[in-house]
Amino acid sequence: MNHQRRTVLRGVGAAGAVGVAAAAGLLRPTEVYAAPRSVFDAKDAAGVMRGLGAGGAAESGQIVVKAPDIAENGAVVPVEVTSNIPGTESIAIIAEKNASPMVADFDLKGGAEGFVSTRIKLANTSPVRAVVRAGGKMHTAAKEVKVTIGGCGG
Amino acid sequence: MAMKIRATMVGDSADVKVLMNHPMETGTRKDAKTGQTVPAHYISRIVATVGGKTVLEADTGPAISKNPYLAFKVKGAKSGDKVTVAWEDNKGEKESAEAAIG
Repeated sequence: MNHQRRTVLRGVGAAGAVGVAAAAGLLRPTEVYAAPRSVFDAKDAAGVMRGLGAGGAAESGQIVVKAPDIAENGAVVPVEVTSNIPGTESIAIIAEKNASPMVADFDLKGGAEGFVSTRIKLANTSPVRAVVRAGGKMHTAAKEVKVTIGGCGG
Repeated sequence: MAMKIRATMVGDSADVKVLMNHPMETGTRKDAKTGQTVPAHYISRIVATVGGKTVLEADTGPAISKNPYLAFKVKGAKSGDKVTVAWEDNKGEKESAEAAIG
């Protein structure tokens, strides 16, 4: 049997399946590399990192996570992430100590810079982690935010 | 209150700031009067375009604060370009708005 031929055929089959799904509108081409929605169901930071495909993400000094040292109101914590990594494709924000740590995943394209600013809820004092995908590689950085009144209990 | 978009040129980049109107309920909060759990109700997806090109596609969860604020920057945009922002929530409600870069 010609094993090499088998491998080639399998490769073509897999690529073909994605192509067909994209053509049918079942899967928008831009979403092929996006994190699955199930990452929002993860109950710990490690689970979110796995879901993002960032289990082995390298700590990067080229990512700046700007957030207050102390948040008086955990319901509204401003977070700004700047990625100076060339070719930044997405920025995800994770509140590590929230019951559901995944906050948001921003895909950037069409000239969008490696920057996003928003306001998030923190249940407890927690590292706020950014995960950046650039050139297919995952990078990460975090900033600790001390919360005096939690933002998830209501 | 509808969605507000403010877009200005800073150097050769457009600086876009968006304020959305949404309760962003986590699904764990209890109503203070009735004691009933308030069902989850949050924006789950946001898409933004500048000059007809998609620049941002976000998947979001209930840990984004109530009345979500979002800012991003787009290189190569120019004054007068149209900016659109659309969101959809977990109940299938949708809203969109547009503005021109000032």
